[in-house]
Amino acid sequence: MSLLAVLGVISSAIYSGTSLLYTTLGEVIDERAGIVNLGLEGVLLVSASLGFAVTKTTGSPYLGILAAVLAGGLMNMVFGYLVITRQANQLASGLAVMFFGYGLSALIGKSFVGAKINPLPRYVLPGLSRLPLVFSSLFKFDFLIFLVVPMAVLIWWLLYRTRWGLGLRAVGENADTAFASGRNPKRIRYQALLVGGLLAGLGAAHLTIAYTMAWSEYMTAGRGFIAVALVIFSNWDPLRAIAGALIFSAAVAFQLLLQSSGAQVSPFLLNTIPYLLTILVLIVWGGNRKQSAPASLGRIYLGSE
Amino acid sequence: MPATPTSHALPGPMVSMRGITKAFPGVLANDGIDLDIYPSDVHALLGENGAGKSTLVKILYGFYRADSGSVLLNGQPVRIQSPADARKFQIGMVFQDFNLIPAFSVAENIALFLPDLKPVIHPKEIDHRIEEISTRYDLQVNPHALVSQLSIGEQQKVEILKLLLSNARLFILDEPTRVLAPHEIKALFGVLENLRKDGYAILLITHKLNEVLECADRISVLRTGRLAGTLTRREASEEKLIAFMFEKSLAGLNRHAHAAARSDRPPILRLTNIATHSLGAQVGLEDINLDIYPHEIVGVAGVSGNGQKELGDVILGLQKCSQGHKELFGQEATSWSIGRVRQSGVAFVPENPLQMAVTPYLSVLENMALTRSRLYARLGGLRVDWGAVQADARESFVRFGFSVPSLFVPVRSLSGGNLQRMTIARELAFDPKLIVGSYLTRGLDLQSTLSARQALLDARQAGAGILLISEDLEELFTLSDRLIVLSRGRIVGSFLPTETDNYTVGRLMTGAKV
Ligand SMILES: Nc1ncnc2c1ncn2[C@@H]1O[C@H](COP(=O)(O)OP(=O)(O)OP(=O)(O)O)[C@@H](O)[C@H]1O
Ligand SMILES: [Mg+2]
Repeated sequence: MSLLAVLGVISSAIYSGTSLLYTTLGEVIDERAGIVNLGLEGVLLVSASLGFAVTKTTGSPYLGILAAVLAGGLMNMVFGYLVITRQANQLASGLAVMFFGYGLSALIGKSFVGAKINPLPRYVLPGLSRLPLVFSSLFKFDFLIFLVVPMAVLIWWLLYRTRWGLGLRAVGENADTAFASGRNPKRIRYQALLVGGLLAGLGAAHLTIAYTMAWSEYMTAGRGFIAVALVIFSNWDPLRAIAGALIFSAAVAFQLLLQSSGAQVSPFLLNTIPYLLTILVLIVWGGNRKQSAPASLGRIYLGSE
Repeated sequence: MPATPTSHALPGPMVSMRGITKAFPGVLANDGIDLDIYPSDVHALLGENGAGKSTLVKILYGFYRADSGSVLLNGQPVRIQSPADARKFQIGMVFQDFNLIPAFSVAENIALFLPDLKPVIHPKEIDHRIEEISTRYDLQVNPHALVSQLSIGEQQKVEILKLLLSNARLFILDEPTRVLAPHEIKALFGVLENLRKDGYAILLITHKLNEVLECADRISVLRTGRLAGTLTRREASEEKLIAFMFEKSLAGLNRHAHAAARSDRPPILRLTNIATHSLGAQVGLEDINLDIYPHEIVGVAGVSGNGQKELGDVILGLQKCSQGHKELFGQEATSWSIGRVRQSGVAFVPENPLQMAVTPYLSVLENMALTRSRLYARLGGLRVDWGAVQADARESFVRFGFSVPSLFVPVRSLSGGNLQRMTIARELAFDPKLIVGSYLTRGLDLQSTLSARQALLDARQAGAGILLISEDLEELFTLSDRLIVLSRGRIVGSFLPTETDNYTVGRLMTGAKV
């Protein structure tokens, strides 16, 4: 396999991994506060379709990103109303939000299928501009890509080095204890979902406005669920999520490369490579390590008596 | 009315509770309770298990909301709707069942409760404050240890540190001495004494009358949700308090005519050269040799965290030993599963029943069946005979003189003492042959303590061997036929209770050479 092909895999892993990482970071925050958001797929779809529609109509990818981010926050607030205020079951509410988002995004995006947009500007990595064009074009990235790793570090810092993060993690461990410390667990859970939703919106924006630059129905193709899995994979740690998102996306890109290079293996089998890899890494990585799932993940907080 | 300058003006109460009433499904936990708490005063709150003490203080701290009643702060009515309100009014509290997050470090747990925590956390600064306060009050903890690795006594210390670092004027402590070693209790009372001198108010819940008579200025007694009365220290005496609490006097222990027939029979339990690996902050056992014979209570004295938990865990099979072997009823049992150990007739009351003995969200009834699910299974496990579970549960509660409010409430809603009672009743039913009891009477009121001790003596009479792990020397001396002292994972002394005294055992416990 040529160097170019390998670099291609890396480049496309970075592109597809970025949206995945933003989404995963958002879900890390949700789950650290004790909420599993299975509706993430729906949130992504609504954000992506709206972001794309706004970019197309206004001509500005930045306004599109803003719209996607706000839509993500809003969708998570709807989910939050169900699971925090109405105290509905998280898994069932998540699936409901997913189907709702699926329908809504199809409606929003209907007239934009096949449309072309102003893409987000891309910049060559500093120092690589003197390489031949075939190489340097592989390493031209938009600002959302440059920001994603700092964002992971920022989320880590928020969770582990700020008062807000401490309270948020406490709610995910034991909401009664957080309440006894003078905090309002419900408010904190809403805040977590809001931040998580904004991040998911950013992920969706990158997917549709910067990476594929197109909208088609159900274009997220399971990314929301993969993000939920990646959270577990990364042991609820934003920094490990970086590696998780990258490995997974690299596997996807590698698998596509194999298919396009005409390997004599069934494409269905090749499609399973990323998931096989996930299972493998889980076995190797997860086995000897202490699980650090938030203790009251998925548990409804009923409030005080 | 202004105080006359000549007479020493009595300060008014800092906090007054008026007509506090709170009902839970099926119980009226608090029924029109009035309580006045004064500055520079240690106010003790007594009452049998389930009397409503914890509920009352949780209401004062805003954790529960009263159905009716009011709270006055320095004479002004205030609304306390949440712990955030209570903390604003400088009320701080240590909960009976703790408010610690096991997955967090000690420092994180303390930071969570700091009133002046800055938006950005500087771990070094927090460590520094913890160090400072723990040296000042002689409550040593390692700020970097995970709470899940701490013994329950250490957890209690963390809770007290949390309270000391809050800016509270009223300190509520719900059974703080329950899990502390004698010297730590002494240290705590020293702290309370200093706080009292500085004008703080302290509301202290305990079941130990000697503690109350030692340090309280005012004593209130609750009985089935009502205030039975409030006495000043001068008016109070042990008899009076017991009469207030139980309406009847307590019977003494029946020690049976006890024949010391033992070493001629094979031991029930034999540990030979047992050692365990020490994980993290835990101590490992080293060189443990111990025999327990039928008709024998072996008391284990020691400051908690010196291998008691490991000893119990090794016997039950929760922890594997790295060396040595274990025999049960004359059979090699080193590698038996926990299920097999239990089935052979071993009962186990762990040091922390809420975490180790029950499933908090299941009902009392379901928890009663938990360790004997096979016995109650019908149709090859397709059905559970809940009728039989109920009958057995009721019978064992009657037999041990215990009561719980209902068999159908989740165990989580039981009072601390009721949970302990439930665990004891479950474990001691069906006449076990070997009983491993860690801190068996912890959190029990006087009457239940007597019932539990009597149950042990009865079991001994019936031929059981008993390993009683405790920090309460009085209890160990009353019940044990033989006493061993555990320090840093080793047995450092073995006595007949008649050969030794509190002082010697106490010194060995703290690691001094005699
Ligand atoms: N959250 C709850 N839900 C339902 N019932 C409760 C709850 N908390 C307490 N109760 C019930 O209220 C009664 C009083 O409980 P409380 O915890 O106040 O007793 P206590 O005096 O502190 O007893 P102990 O000495 O055993 O700690 C008990 O019957 C208990 O089962
Ligand atoms: Mg209590």
